[in-house]
Amino acid sequence: MSDNKKLAFLEYKSDQNVRWCPGCGDHAILNSLQKTMAELKIPNDQIAVISGIGCSSRLPYYMSTYGFHTIHGRASAIASGVKLANPKLSVWQITGDGDALAIGGNHFIHVIRRNIDINIILFNNQIYGLTKGQYSPTSKRGFISKTSPFGTIEYPFRPGELTIGARGYFFARTIDKEIKLSVEVMKAASKHKGTSIVEVLQNCVIYNDNTHREITDKKFKDDRTIVLEHGKPMIFGKNRNKGLVLDGTRLKVVTIGEGGITENDILVHDAHCEDPTIHLKLADMEYPEFPVALGVIRDAEAPVYDQCFIEQMDKIKKESKIKSFRDLVTSGDVWEVK
Amino acid sequence: MAKKSKVIEKEEVVVRFSGDSGDGMQLTGSLFSFSSAIYGNDISTFPDFPAEIRAPQGTISGVSGFQVHFGHSEVYTPGDKADVLVAMNPAALKANLEWLKPGATIILDVDSFDDKNLARAGYKSNDPIEEDNLGSYNIIKAPITTMTRESLKDMGLDNKSILRSKNMYALGLVFWLFHRPIKDAEHLIREKFAKKEKIAEANVRVLEAGYNYGVIIQAVTPSYHISPAEIKPGIYRNLNGNRAIAWGFLLAAQKSGLELFLGSYPITPATEILQELSARKDLGVKVFQAEDEIAAISTAIGASFAGNLGITSTSGPGLALKGEALGLAVMAELPLVVVDVQRGGPSTGLPTKTEQADLNQALYGRNGESPLVVMAASSPVNCFDYAFYAAKIAIEHMTPVILLSDGFLANGTQPWRIPDEDQFPDINPPYVNNPANQWNVYERDPERLNRYWAIPGTPGYQHRIGGLEKDYLTGEVSYDHHNHFKMVKMRQEKIDRVADFIPPLEVHGDQDAELLIVGWGGTFGHLLTALEELQKEGKKVALAHFNYINPLPKNSYDVLKRFRKIVVCELNMGQFANYLRSKFPDVLLRQYNKVEGLPFTVGELKNHFEKILEE
Ligand SMILES: Cc1ncc(C[n+]2csc(CCOP(=O)(O)OP(=O)(O)O)c2C)c(N)n1
Ligand code: SF4
Ligand SMILES: [Mg+2]
Repeated sequence: MSDNKKLAFLEYKSDQNVRWCPGCGDHAILNSLQKTMAELKIPNDQIAVISGIGCSSRLPYYMSTYGFHTIHGRASAIASGVKLANPKLSVWQITGDGDALAIGGNHFIHVIRRNIDINIILFNNQIYGLTKGQYSPTSKRGFISKTSPFGTIEYPFRPGELTIGARGYFFARTIDKEIKLSVEVMKAASKHKGTSIVEVLQNCVIYNDNTHREITDKKFKDDRTIVLEHGKPMIFGKNRNKGLVLDGTRLKVVTIGEGGITENDILVHDAHCEDPTIHLKLADMEYPEFPVALGVIRDAEAPVYDQCFIEQMDKIKKESKIKSFRDLVTSGDVWEVK
Repeated sequence: MAKKSKVIEKEEVVVRFSGDSGDGMQLTGSLFSFSSAIYGNDISTFPDFPAEIRAPQGTISGVSGFQVHFGHSEVYTPGDKADVLVAMNPAALKANLEWLKPGATIILDVDSFDDKNLARAGYKSNDPIEEDNLGSYNIIKAPITTMTRESLKDMGLDNKSILRSKNMYALGLVFWLFHRPIKDAEHLIREKFAKKEKIAEANVRVLEAGYNYGVIIQAVTPSYHISPAEIKPGIYRNLNGNRAIAWGFLLAAQKSGLELFLGSYPITPATEILQELSARKDLGVKVFQAEDEIAAISTAIGASFAGNLGITSTSGPGLALKGEALGLAVMAELPLVVVDVQRGGPSTGLPTKTEQADLNQALYGRNGESPLVVMAASSPVNCFDYAFYAAKIAIEHMTPVILLSDGFLANGTQPWRIPDEDQFPDINPPYVNNPANQWNVYERDPERLNRYWAIPGTPGYQHRIGGLEKDYLTGEVSYDHHNHFKMVKMRQEKIDRVADFIPPLEVHGDQDAELLIVGWGGTFGHLLTALEELQKEGKKVALAHFNYINPLPKNSYDVLKRFRKIVVCELNMGQFANYLRSKFPDVLLRQYNKVEGLPFTVGELKNHFEKILEE
């Protein structure tokens, strides 16, 4: 059995050859997703993986679940239809930064606002991979690409900020090659009822290599990121001696043991807090001023659309006098011709 | 009661109620049409809403109308021009002059013909009758506002409520004009205002006052009598096209055992379908008001993928947004019905007006070789049948279907004989029945060429589909050039074969006619009426009206070939005529086109046909 457990993720692999470039971060994300499903033991016939268009959106073909590779930007809407048609399914949406935040921006904010129980894995490589290297809505200001040879003159979206701005209740961040962390946050996303957004910092080796390197590289990752855990103090750093405190209304990085700061002064992460103020600050932290937040940043409860949808329908079905098509068409102003 | 009054016996009559948007003309019109239907006349109605929600009071752009055509024999249209006009203010008079028959009866609320209202309507003098040369009309100048106030003076109602009852005075007068038992209207009013007893009472009082005014003036005013029509026994109700479409889908869901899912975004004149189905949670309908039309169709496609009957409703601008997703449904071979209730275009065009100019968009408005089924309803009540059959084809052939309606059908009503559900066939979803290990995702039914439907959640049938070209058997992504061509032809052939499952094209009128009239969709009533009137005059004419457009009925070519002169009539610049030319290049087609945002009139059609016959 123990052998089996390790290999259980293989049950979620399809027989298709994976076509991503060697070294692409997508391989590891696929791996994490399959491991998550294996650990959660969701039967693969109960899973639907829905994607838009992009390198990342090829993922459903590599899963042995139900899958639908749809059109650019619309996966949130299609996944919403799948979930409402069959609420028992575990529905996952795979999307890229262009797919979700450019062409699909409208659907992205609305699925979050409605809080439909879908797990959205957002592959953020800050580039359009499939179309070979144009800047995306998450590319840094000034970014040079084939369509911005002189640097972009626009600010990027921050997916966490957008999620919270759209009234999201679950946001987590991970790094493609950090499989253990990815599995943890994907599991949390799956367990969360409502729309879950998991941003994965993904490396596109071909068109945007090392875009996240200054924070993801092993050499300095520990000092430049912080892995948040609910109920635990926000401590990070290779020597676990740095932490976050609130200074007025702003977050501030402090060193434990310096200036009288002790572990007790460090903020404790409350992912379940309904008020998103601190979550937003955490999600927005950027290097070098701050460490970049990883793990589950926000995981709060709210009414879930698909559940309310069913509850409302059950209630109306009980209360209404109209029980059949016949009842409907013969109700109201009818007359008989003899 | 003095019996000297003159009663005119008529076959059919057109009444138009017209007033300011706040005057309650829609309610008045629908009460009158309902009581005419109960009385046993055949009816057809059409509302004419102002384009702006709150146009300035008393102006022509604020005029709201409702036309009722009723008769002793079948009526197919709301009528070209009115025999009776009720004009609640000068603007209503001015707006409708073009739509009156010679010598028509005009009922005016003289109280509203003051200087202010006359000026707002654009009259230069204070005598519109003189100014518009209305001497030859039969004008009833009724002091409607004064009399309404008078009859309600002791009820303690506020001014607003009193003025709101004016329409009932006009209705009472019209009831008298057509010898209708006032009890019918009274009953309807009490039902309508069941929760506001005082208002109901006020309305009934004013109604009676209006009726009595008729009795008083009868010596000088002729009235009409229209005998009931021969109508097939059954239970009836009035139904407009939008509601009929919504209900057709409900029956399709029942007959297929599928749950109905509508993804939609509000747009005139299709919104009512969304509203109607939103209220049907009691019947298990899942309705999703999406953030836009792209999301609307996408949710419907997702729902179909997951095993529901996915549908989406819209008008022309919305169909434009749905184009890419429609292509996905073509590729994924899933059931989907898209309803396009056409309005005047292009762009925002004439949102509240009718047109048939989305045909090209429905047929061709997608990238790639992207065939799908296109159908069109042709009367308000047969919207029910075509919605049902659109769903049946979508499900059984695993294909998107575009169902075309239009603003005229959507808002027009006719009596609907409530059908027995058993008259409608079962719908059999082509669920996969091979064992999971012997099943291929794009394996096809040999007859219909549909692929089989495996519903997510079913153990063993996990599969992946998408918009990339598929291998013709396994459904896996394939870039093979031979396979692509094969699939392109297969998708076309699948749609072509739908022709084996639809009824043949019918020819109405003379089978050996000199002129064949060809139409499609919402113009049927006008074309048929023109045909029948020409036949009565001894002309040899026939009508072939299309409800199935892609594919065409199999006998289409044979029908067209039989006639020497053919005229294709449509409310666009000739889209269907050109489509027929592309299919049957050797058939010579004339065209009659009108793009005014209005239906044809029977009069203009007859004129045109007579000219062709004389050629
Ligand atoms: C309607 C439409 N417009 C444009 C495209 C071209 N296109 C395909 S993927 C893509 C961007 C992909 O970027 P992203 O979503 O970040 O995915 P990645 O490839 O980086 O994983 C674009 C512009 C398309 N397929 N469809
Ligand atoms: S182009 Fe970039 S994102 Fe696409 S597969 Fe290659 S490495 Fe991955
Ligand atoms: Mg990208």
